[in-house]
Formats: sequence, C-alpha cells, structure tokens
Amino acid sequence: MQAPAMQTNVDLDSPLLEVRGLSKSFGALKALQEVDFTLRAGEIHALLGENGAGKSTLIKVVTGVFARDAGVVRLAGGEIAPRSAKAALDAGIATVYQEVNLLPNLSVAQNLYLGRQPTCFGVVREAEMRRRAKALLNGFGLDIDVGAPLSSYSVAIQHVTAIARAVDLSARVLILDEPTASLDRHEVEILFKAMRQLAAAGIGIVFVSHFLDQVYEICDRITVLRNGRLIGERETASLPRLELIRMMLGRELAETTETRAPAHSGAMGEVCASFKGFGKQGYVAPFDLELRHGEVVGLAGLLGSGRTETARLIFGAERADSGEAEVDGQAVRLNSPRDAARLGFGYCPEERKTEGIVADLTVRENIVLALQARRGLHRPLSRREQDEIAMRFIRLLDIRPPDPERPIGLLSGGNQQKALLARWLATEPRLLLLDEPTRGIDVGAHAEIIRLVRDLCDQGLALLVISSELDEIVTYSNRVVVLRDRAHVEELKGEAVEVSSILAAIAADGATAAQGAVP
Amino acid sequence: MTLRLPRRGLAQALALIVILMVDRVVSPQFFNLHLQDGRLFGSVIDVLNRGTPVALLSLGMVLVIATGGIDLSVGAVMAIAGATAASLADAHSLPVVLLAALGVGLLCGLWNGILVAVLRIQPIVATLILMVAGRGIAQLITEGRIVTFTSPDLVWLGNGAVLGLPTPVAIAIGMLLLTAAVVRGSALGLLIEATGGNARASELSGVGTRTMILAVYVWCGICAALAGVIAAADIMGADANNAGLWLELDAILAVVIGGTSLFGGRFSLVLAVAGALIIQAMNTGILLSGYPPELNLLVKAVVVLAVLLVQSPRLSDLSGIMARWRSKKP
Repeated sequence: MQAPAMQTNVDLDSPLLEVRGLSKSFGALKALQEVDFTLRAGEIHALLGENGAGKSTLIKVVTGVFARDAGVVRLAGGEIAPRSAKAALDAGIATVYQEVNLLPNLSVAQNLYLGRQPTCFGVVREAEMRRRAKALLNGFGLDIDVGAPLSSYSVAIQHVTAIARAVDLSARVLILDEPTASLDRHEVEILFKAMRQLAAAGIGIVFVSHFLDQVYEICDRITVLRNGRLIGERETASLPRLELIRMMLGRELAETTETRAPAHSGAMGEVCASFKGFGKQGYVAPFDLELRHGEVVGLAGLLGSGRTETARLIFGAERADSGEAEVDGQAVRLNSPRDAARLGFGYCPEERKTEGIVADLTVRENIVLALQARRGLHRPLSRREQDEIAMRFIRLLDIRPPDPERPIGLLSGGNQQKALLARWLATEPRLLLLDEPTRGIDVGAHAEIIRLVRDLCDQGLALLVISSELDEIVTYSNRVVVLRDRAHVEELKGEAVEVSSILAAIAADGATAAQGAVP
Repeated sequence: MTLRLPRRGLAQALALIVILMVDRVVSPQFFNLHLQDGRLFGSVIDVLNRGTPVALLSLGMVLVIATGGIDLSVGAVMAIAGATAASLADAHSLPVVLLAALGVGLLCGLWNGILVAVLRIQPIVATLILMVAGRGIAQLITEGRIVTFTSPDLVWLGNGAVLGLPTPVAIAIGMLLLTAAVVRGSALGLLIEATGGNARASELSGVGTRTMILAVYVWCGICAALAGVIAAADIMGADANNAGLWLELDAILAVVIGGTSLFGGRFSLVLAVAGALIIQAMNTGILLSGYPPELNLLVKAVVVLAVLLVQSPRLSDLSGIMARWRSKKP
C-alpha cells in the first residue's frame, strides 16, 4: 500500500472517503462487485440505485456492520477497517437511518449526550447538558426546548437531532439513509438546511434517497449502483434526468440471453379482471386497468412510484377506498388477501423472506399453504396429496434440491422463488401478481423464471409483473403500465413497448404530476 | 408428522427416563403398582395424576405458543372455572356443571383471543389482564370464601377411576387424543404452524390468521377450565386464591421443554405433555426423596437452564466449532 498523504486541513477537492474495489457476497449472491466510491470533503453525494442495487450493503460494509470480502476503504487517506458501527463512528463515519435510532422517551438533550453526559462527581449536570444541547442545535438553526421528550417533535427535528449527535461525535463523514422518506416538504427544508451547513463546514455527506427531485436539489455528485456494480459517478449538473434513470434501470439482460418475445399475434384472451378508478388515498392514485387471460402486463417505474402498491391493492393486502373491481364481468370485493385468493388471484411479494416463505416449514408445506388455506380447515389435503402436489411442482419448476421435506429457509433465493410460484400455481389461479420475481436471484435462475413467466402466459394465465429491470419487462410484457409518483401515467402497447419509450415515460418532466400532488 | 416425532422427541424421552430412574433410586418402590377398589395406585400413577392439570394447560398453551403468542391467564382461568364448578356442584347435575365451567373457560379464551387477534395487543400484555383480574373474578364467584361441595359426581371427576386409571388421567389422555385429532386431522396444525412461522406470509397466502389466533386462545381457555374443574374436584372445593397459582409458568415450561419455540412455528402436542410429565416427575421425586420441597424450585431452574442451553443456537455453533477443532487434531 502506498503511504497515505495525511491531510491536516480540509481540502475541498481531495477524497475524504475512498472506497476501492469493494466486494461482498452473501452465499452465491454477489451483493457488491468491485465497487468504487469517492466522497470529497464538503460535498453532498447521492448514492442511487433500485432495491438490491447494493446501496445499503455498501453503507453497511463501510460502517463496519458487514465484513467485506475484498477491497479498501480509506478515510482521509488512511486505511480503515471498522468492525462495528461503533468503531466506524469512532473513526469519524456516522450513519443516520430512515428510522431514527434514538430514544423517543428521553429529552432531546439527553439523546444528544447519551453515554457522554457532562457529569460532576458522577452526577449528570442537567443544566449544563441542556445549555450545550441548545447551543448545538442553534448551530443547525433549531431553537427548541431541549428538555422536552424527543417524541414530542416532528420526525424532521428528530432527524436533525440524530445528525447533530452524530456530527458532535466528531464525524467527518455523515451517511443519511433515506432520511426524507417520511418528511413533508417543510420538514425536508429543515433537513436540507442542516445538510448544507454541514457541507459548508467541510463534512462529506452521503445521501441515499429515491426522490430524484431532492437529489437534483441538494446533491453535488451522484454515484449509481446497479446489481452490486458501480454504473458511474457524475456531477449532478451535467447529468440529465433521463440519463440518470437509464443508469439506474439500465440494460444488462440484453447482453445475456433474452430476446424480445414475439408479440402475441392472435387475439388476446378474454378480460380476466378489470379495475375502474381503483385506488387508495395517499397510497396509489385511482387507476383503470384491464388484465386479460394469456397476457403479461408489466408495471414499470422507479422505486416508490406505486408499483408494489398497485399489486397490493389488487390483492387486497391494502384496502382500496375508491373504484370498482370486476372479475369475469362480476363485481367483486377485494378486502383481504383471502378474498383475492378465493377469486383465483395469487401474489408473490417482493420481500420473499418476510412476506413470502415460512422459513421453518418444509418446501412441501410452503407449496400447499395457499391451496390448503383456500380449501379451508375442514378439507385438509392428505399427506399423500401434499406429497403429490409438492413433487409435481418440484419436478415442473426444477426446484433444487428436490427434497420436499427440507425447510424452505435452507434453499437458495431462486429456488425459494420457484417454490412460492408453485404455492400459487397449485391453486390453479387465473391471475398472478409477481413483484420483482427475479430479484436477488443468480443469472441461471433468472432466465428460468423469465421463461416460466412466458410459459404461464401461453397457458392462458393473466399476469401482472413488476420489475426494475426494464429489459426484462420488455422481454415478456404485452403491455406496460408506467407509474410515477404513485400514479399510473402511461400505458404502452405492442410496438411501443420499448426500453426507450418506458424510460421516456418515467423521466417525463414530473412537473405536471408534482403540481397535481401538491395540496 | 409421524415420521418426525421420534427424532424430535429423543431428548425429551431421554430426560423423562433419566428422571424416572433417579426417582427409582431415591424411592425404591417408585415403580410398584397395586390395584385397590378398581383404581391403580403407586408413585408412577401419582406422577400422571398430579401432572394432569399442567398437562391439560400445556395442550392449550402449546397451540397458543405455536402462533407466536403466550397465555399468562391460564392459572386464573383455572380458578374461575373451579369456582364456577364448585358453586354449582351441589345444586346441578355434572353435565350442567361441566358445561358451565367450560363455557366460562371458552369466554375467557375468547376475551384473550379478541384482545390479541382483533385488537392486536401484545399477547403477554393482553393475557396479563385476565391473569390479574381472573383471581378477582373467581373470588367474586366464591364470595371470598373457600367453597366446598359434596356432589359425588364431581368428586368422582377428581378421585374416581376409569379402567383402573384415575379419572383426571383418563380425561387428560382423552383431551390429548381429541386435540391431536382436531389439530392434525384438519388443516389447523399446518395453518397454525404457518401463522406462527410467518404471520405476514401466511396472511398473504390467504390464511385466516386472525381466526387461527382466536381459535387457539379459545381452546387454551377451555383446556384451562377443564384443568380448573379437575383441581377443584380433587380437593372437593374451590380456593380462588390458590387454585392454579403459578401453573401458567409450569405450562409454558412444559411447552418449552417439549421443544416448541417461544417464537412460534413448529409444535408438538405429545412432547408438550411429555414436558408436563417431566416437570411432575421431578416434583414427585423431590417429595419422595425427603429433601425439603424448596429444593424443587432450584432443580426446576436447573432443568430450564439445561433445556434452553440445548436449544440455544450459540451453543450448537460452539459444539460445531469444538467438533471441527477436535477433528483437526491428529
């Protein structure tokens, strides 16, 4: 390693935090592959990418939560290898997460000085602590009663408190992970003001967010990750929004295997389910949608644009407060997943581990779960029926290892996903909702899942597929609905289903939609 | 299910055998049995008979714990049901008395179930309410006295015999078979295990998780009521202050010894009952040994510690490391 030139004064152009060739795998999944990242002192640097791009893994490796497999992290020229969040903090890297990690029942001042209270013979000097807390927050333009419990303040103030605490612990690098997700416009202003002050004082800030407007408003530079790889680092001012979205959603699959599906030539099947003015206040704006047998409808948009929300609404996981749903021409109620499952809907959620598999149960039990739930308590599937169903789908979908009695939690992500597909296929559904079916799956399984989606469609199933991989969506979709800011903004059909047209629809100046959203 | 049990139950079977052997050492007549008035007597029968209330409680508790919940109120429900039975016993026939007591248990279970499943209160807090209030309710029923009765029917429930077995033991066996038939004969078992294993995933698979949770608390209340009636029948009276006191903890312990995780998921009815018997075999052994009964608590604590250590993932990691280390040595 070359001798680091130690910096004593703040030099605004020298790298403050340097990550080189960082790799990290979880089992077979490569979460980070030779990622570089450079943060300069005094800049606000956005770290962008869709779910699973590797943002949080990168942050967690840098802050010592995960151990890295390869690569170097340098802070102000000196190599660091923190082994815990505490060690990273001691080195000068502080992280503030979306969920504020403070104690809501303690006062603001106590939160600021927790674990390092000014004491006099072992007794906490409350007045001194409050005086200091007041001065510290004043530096951030906040003049509040620091004696009041933290929970009595808005989330924005709680965030600023967390940031103030971090900075006061002599942080030189501040990582903000989705700090604005639950803030309103005014609160975002408070936060941004604090961030600008800190940057002006020479602190390097990493800003993780999926609100691109905010990124363009406050960030100097942008680094984009996708599928664990570095896509590029650009200056915000010279990066058009369309280009940024292209970087985030990218095209990668085209290089591997897939070619465009032949557009269904014959007439599309009957309408399977249709939704009119279906929506929920503050969740997804009312939308019209028709799903047909033998047709794949893709949902495209950025993270948080309302894709998953649309699927959850259709599946009854969230209750719609407006509009009507029809199945085969009959008006239906979709108040719960049970309702939806009875109507022959199936839903493979994006969060496989927390919402999909029941990890302790066997592959067999996981596969028969939805079918058994639909049959009801009094009509249990006999053990022989269960074995038959499980083996049939294990063979059909090539689930490995082909052992129905293995706890599903021990299977790889791709095989878990196939088992979840099997869970719904066993119910002989009419409509399947797949949310990021290829996320976190290795390349081989990826292609298999895509083939499966096509096969199912050919068999007359109606499919609604959500994916961040536009090439993937284009590969199998007959129609693509584009979402932006929690509203369906465009529907592309036939020849118009192209990566470029989807990108254009996503990036289309959000001014109109944004104005519509402002109360 | 049948294939899995023997492998899973090995530790519990061994523990029970070891404890029974120790009992045999401290009391040479431990395994002696003799028939008198159509009923078997002996220390082993005593273990079964004394273990009945906790065994019944554990039948309900294991289902509640399998959904990821817990029911702290079962001891108090025992007191309420016992008080109900005792105060009705001399004026009404046995079926009426039983129906009333079990009905009360059902209502108690329904109350807990609604708090947990519908109002989504944390189970430990939700059932704490009835745990505290239940003894008060029982005292209201007995008007603060110890209500005694002489109804021979109810006395038979506590002290009679069926096919040579004490009635409580026969009832417990019947309840075990009934519960097993209901839970494993229907899809209930799978859906309970799925609910406890991952409630969100189960809900999204169309499982009526709310109904599952409601059902297990109701069943737990009924089991507790039955245990309460038997406890009252045993002493021919209802003591609202002491009936079932702290037995909720024994029931939870029995379930944990039976290998069901407090986080929910996989459960075994038979092993939970085995857990109850292990606890009772220890109790009886200490009484027979002539050591002061205070020692009982200490021994129980050691057993709990042993069970938890055996189940601890850290420890199995450690033993894996040890094994690797040993195999590295020449």
